[in-house]
Amino acid sequence: MNVPETLKYTKSHEWLKEEADGSYTMGLTDYAQKQLGDIVFVNLPMEGDPATAGEALADVESVKAVADVFSPVTGTVAAVNEDLMDEPQQINQAPYEAWIAKISDVTDTEELLTAAEYADFCEKAKG
Amino acid sequence: MQLLFERSHPGRGMEYLPPCDTPPAVFDADMLRAQPPRLPELSEVDLDRHYTELSKQTHGVNDGFYPLGSCTMKYNPRVNEALAALPGFSELHPLQPAETAQGALEVLFRTEKLLCEITGMTGMTMQPAAGAHGEYTGLLLIRSYHKSRGDTARTKILVPDSAHGTNPASAAMAGFTVVSVPSNAQGGVDLDALKAAVGPDTAGLMLTNPNTLGLFDPNILEITRIVHEAGGLCYYDGANLNAVMGHARPGDMGFDCVHLNLHKTFSPPHGGGGPGSGPVGCKAFLEQFLPGPRVKYEDNRYSFFTPEHSLGRVRGFYGNFAVVVRALAYLLTLGRQGIPEAAENAVLNANYLMHKLAGHYDMACCENGCMHEFVMDLSRLKEETGVTAMDVAKRLLDFGIHPPTMYFPLIVHEALMVEPTETESVETLDHAADLFLQIWQEAHEQPDLVHGAPHTTPIGRPDEVTAARKPVVRYAFES
Repeated sequence: MNVPETLKYTKSHEWLKEEADGSYTMGLTDYAQKQLGDIVFVNLPMEGDPATAGEALADVESVKAVADVFSPVTGTVAAVNEDLMDEPQQINQAPYEAWIAKISDVTDTEELLTAAEYADFCEKAKG
Repeated sequence: MQLLFERSHPGRGMEYLPPCDTPPAVFDADMLRAQPPRLPELSEVDLDRHYTELSKQTHGVNDGFYPLGSCTMKYNPRVNEALAALPGFSELHPLQPAETAQGALEVLFRTEKLLCEITGMTGMTMQPAAGAHGEYTGLLLIRSYHKSRGDTARTKILVPDSAHGTNPASAAMAGFTVVSVPSNAQGGVDLDALKAAVGPDTAGLMLTNPNTLGLFDPNILEITRIVHEAGGLCYYDGANLNAVMGHARPGDMGFDCVHLNLHKTFSPPHGGGGPGSGPVGCKAFLEQFLPGPRVKYEDNRYSFFTPEHSLGRVRGFYGNFAVVVRALAYLLTLGRQGIPEAAENAVLNANYLMHKLAGHYDMACCENGCMHEFVMDLSRLKEETGVTAMDVAKRLLDFGIHPPTMYFPLIVHEALMVEPTETESVETLDHAADLFLQIWQEAHEQPDLVHGAPHTTPIGRPDEVTAARKPVVRYAFES
């Protein structure tokens, strides 16, 4: 399982990257995409939508299931990755490059895990 | 096989209809299409053979074992079909006056009374067309109740993480925000998490009991008490009623409203075999909000009425009436003794099959016995052999068994959810158990055989990913 050291993680399996300008980029982790299987559809928020930490921001549909993607931070959606509309499989192929949304004006964050903590969390989730 | 358009020949058809004896309707020219639609042109025998050929490529409950978890694919008794086909039912017009359709109204009335007795409710609507539609209607009842009290702050519906996917979807459709409640280690609702989740914004809780792990939640009375004390209502998803009917009533568990799946629990065909029916029942204080028309019996006559504060129709006319006829036939055939006995045998069959498989397959949460279904966790098999729940499901097709429900509930990885139902014999269960164990052995000795399955069906493995990403949903003409 791939868990890059430079990112932060949520217990709901999103990754979060702080950008130089203070905004955040987020997406789904490698663990999440493996659990979901082949992703066939991504329902994205709109630019300018409010994002609330811990609440659903987008949803993804795989051949197995539909799952909410939760926002790790509270702020405003500054950009969405529209390439995912046509090629949702990018999340399976390169989960840490296939970002879902960029969020700016961040005022609050969800409880975040370091890479080591997240890897440990996933290990326990496997039981 | 050939599609209808590929069987088509210009000019072929079946014109047995007598000449039209009424003047044709005339439409404005701008309403007419420029060219006639390109429809297939076939004789009746071509059409008949096409659908017969299609039917041979499917697997129904009449073809073989169909242990599709949470779907209750029990046998559909033929007597139900004979009764539903009676001209007094099948040739009714939904707009004919109630006094000329007293028998049909009696069917609706008696079915409502029997189902209210089974669920511990006081009133019921037969309108919803199936389970999810029933959920939606039940949630509208909850919304109407809070609105009638002027309480507009209750916007959240609590749904356990083991719930059917339709529960959160229905809640969202009804305008609520969905809050997921985690399960505890035993597979039931985590009471501490539930206590933390309820509050003045709680509109209600949706719960299936027994739940999707096939477990009856031992804390059910505590669960409904916690929600009620917070001011919310409790909604019972009747998907799994087959395990408890005649033994335990949602009303006695503390639920305020409930939907049933007549097509599952009460034996009408479903899953491609016919439409559903999802009646919604409630306790007396919610009856004023039920959709209308409902049926009442006064002065030796049945008539329709609409409750004063009805939330309105949720479907045209009276729901899928012919499904209700079949359910009533089933209820009257089994009677007061037969209904609980069916539940007992459903639970017995599930436990029998579960124990036969438990030596090899890992079970999720049901070591102490299950209700009407059980969930296997194939994570270990996948780790050891690379064979997944999907592979095992596909391999079962080679033996004429419909696969169990796969990858559900979501809280179990590599899940296979098996619900044999009460209508299967011990021989069928033994045979199925032998095949499950054979596949287990194949997974260890010849994993490629299982990866490549099915080998005997008309279609091997459809490309589900491409089908979902780039669906072809219409015929493309070459010219």
